[in-house]
Amino acid sequence: MQRYQQMFQRLNNEGRGAFVPFVTLGDPNPELSFEILKALVDGGADALELGIPFSDPIADGPTIQNANIRALAAGVTPAVSFELIEKIRAYAPAVPIGLLLYSNLVMAKGITKFYEQAAAAGVDSVLIADVPLHESKLFRQAAMAQNIAPIYIVPPNVDDDDLRAIASYGRGYTYLLSRAGVTGAETKAAMPTSELIARIRAYNPAPPLLGFGISAPEQVKDAIKNGAAGAISGSAIVKLIEQHQHEPELLLTKLRNFVSTMKAAT
Amino acid sequence: MSELKLNPYFGEYGGMFVPQLLVPALKQLEAAFVEAQQDPAFLAEFQQLLTEYAGRPTPLTLTRNLSPNPLVKIYLKREDLLHGGAHKTNQVLGQALLTKRMGKKEVIAETGAGQHGVATALACALLGLKCRIYMGAKDIERQQPNVFRMKLMGATVIPVTAGSGTLKDAVNEAMRDWSATYETTHYMLGTAAGPHPFPTIVRDFQRMIGEEAKQQILKAEGKLPDAVIACVGGGSNAIGIFADFIAEAGVKLIGVEPGGLGINTHQHGAALSTGSYGILHGAYTAIMQTSDGQIEESYSISAGLDYPAVGPQHTYLQQSGRAQYVAINDDEALAAFQHLAKAEGIIPALESSHAVAQALKIAAEATEPMVLLVNLSGRGDKDLAHVHSVLAAQQGGV
Ligand SMILES: Cc1ncc(COP(=O)(O)O)c(C=O)c1O
Repeated sequence: MQRYQQMFQRLNNEGRGAFVPFVTLGDPNPELSFEILKALVDGGADALELGIPFSDPIADGPTIQNANIRALAAGVTPAVSFELIEKIRAYAPAVPIGLLLYSNLVMAKGITKFYEQAAAAGVDSVLIADVPLHESKLFRQAAMAQNIAPIYIVPPNVDDDDLRAIASYGRGYTYLLSRAGVTGAETKAAMPTSELIARIRAYNPAPPLLGFGISAPEQVKDAIKNGAAGAISGSAIVKLIEQHQHEPELLLTKLRNFVSTMKAAT
Repeated sequence: MSELKLNPYFGEYGGMFVPQLLVPALKQLEAAFVEAQQDPAFLAEFQQLLTEYAGRPTPLTLTRNLSPNPLVKIYLKREDLLHGGAHKTNQVLGQALLTKRMGKKEVIAETGAGQHGVATALACALLGLKCRIYMGAKDIERQQPNVFRMKLMGATVIPVTAGSGTLKDAVNEAMRDWSATYETTHYMLGTAAGPHPFPTIVRDFQRMIGEEAKQQILKAEGKLPDAVIACVGGGSNAIGIFADFIAEAGVKLIGVEPGGLGINTHQHGAALSTGSYGILHGAYTAIMQTSDGQIEESYSISAGLDYPAVGPQHTYLQQSGRAQYVAINDDEALAAFQHLAKAEGIIPALESSHAVAQALKIAAEATEPMVLLVNLSGRGDKDLAHVHSVLAAQQGGV
């Protein structure tokens, strides 16, 4: 998880924020997925946030649900997902790689084994979408034992007690939720005020990245202006994959361009 | 954030595995429930609705012709006679009152057989709440009368085409909706499953089934039954009739899961019979899954049992040995459905027919006197068209 510290250090020195794209591993198939991951890196992604496909993604809207369905239909298992991570890790040795997934994939493997496998593949952080703070102990301990950063979500309705706990348990970065609801670019991010981010920062958590409903460079700029350390964009990218999955060259060009435009706004 | 007021676990099963965003809504619900349980005005209003609107207490019927064995008496707890047609009405009235107590004006629900949807729709009509109900597209197909009932009572029914188009997918969609609307909207989960505090709330709002049945059978028999038998989808009618008997060590508790085409076929919904555990819809419990942890699609002839998980208290009761869980296949349920209709003039829900089939099985093998208590969780009106077409396909008619 030191890669996050190094990344934020570098960005600090440059006086910029982070841009972090999210995709589902193996979408639309393992081969093209690897090309997509490379395109994200080549486009200038500061870190990668990657999903392992799951049958019942309750925190995701239609766009990312469909990415899960495409990947599962292409035979993408957790094992295939970890192979992809190993390959992109070798391609981009310094780029922090985060996993964003659902708890049952961790439980099925066994908590300890899952984190061992993640560490071996080169994962820097794990965020489990359906494990809230008060259920997180075993996952957090297993993560820390493997030098993997446990990522916590700060929703807009967070209270001070939770903020205090998240600041003390979280590592790597803090996932600042821009709004209620599920993932999706249809519902735009509600820009947190600089007061809210200052209130969160006062607890000194790992640097906050704003996610959910981020699809335009303006939003990245605003997030950083208001005090976030960067922004995460998922559905907007996955939508490009959905639209152009049968035109790989066009897709990869569009992805590189999207990432570099978003990165330019940091 | 305030601590939880109730234990979210049954042994190691249960918990509150939901996105952080939903935790405040679940804690608010828990707090409202705990306060309401200590508020005589709330309890009185709930009781009044149950008696004057829903028709409690429901009768206990000693069957005259059903039992294949003169040694065995089979009693039916008649939740089929409850307003709405199934036990679902009980807990929905409780949750609807909680909704008002929390100052929320809208309700979301998921439904499989449509019974919970119907119950939700009637409670919302009665208490002036606006409701939208998620229902799998496949279930809409096989439970048409209930879809119409919901609409007649003012509910919006939203078809869910994702995944298998059944109850699991409807729950997914309801949870997604709730994560955007929890401030104004209550999620009225329809069974004793899902994240804490639902398994506890639903059980406590269904436990009158067992409390009444216990008094009724004591009055009729002068003793407790040898076994209590109920079908298990998510587990609400079963935990409702079990709850008051758990402390009675001499009473066997038997839950009946849907065996579908057979539990070795993957075409079933018998999560407890598979012995596999994981997290689905907010709870760590018995689930149907692949070795990688992908949730498997369940199957059952009865939409209300077609669910690849079970409430966490049932998993705990199985693990602790207090209750036993068995599976009844489609064919056996269908036969029991017809048998109860012919023997007693009672057409049961296909879900409840699974419990009846298990009672018939036990009775047939009994070698000494025995009293069985079966929870007849609902009536079969909603299933008539479906059963008719299945029978027509099987044998060219009834
Ligand atoms: C009549 C009836 N019985 C049983 C069930 C199964 O649910 P549960 O296990 O929560 O009782 C249903 C569900 O729709 C039902 O309609």
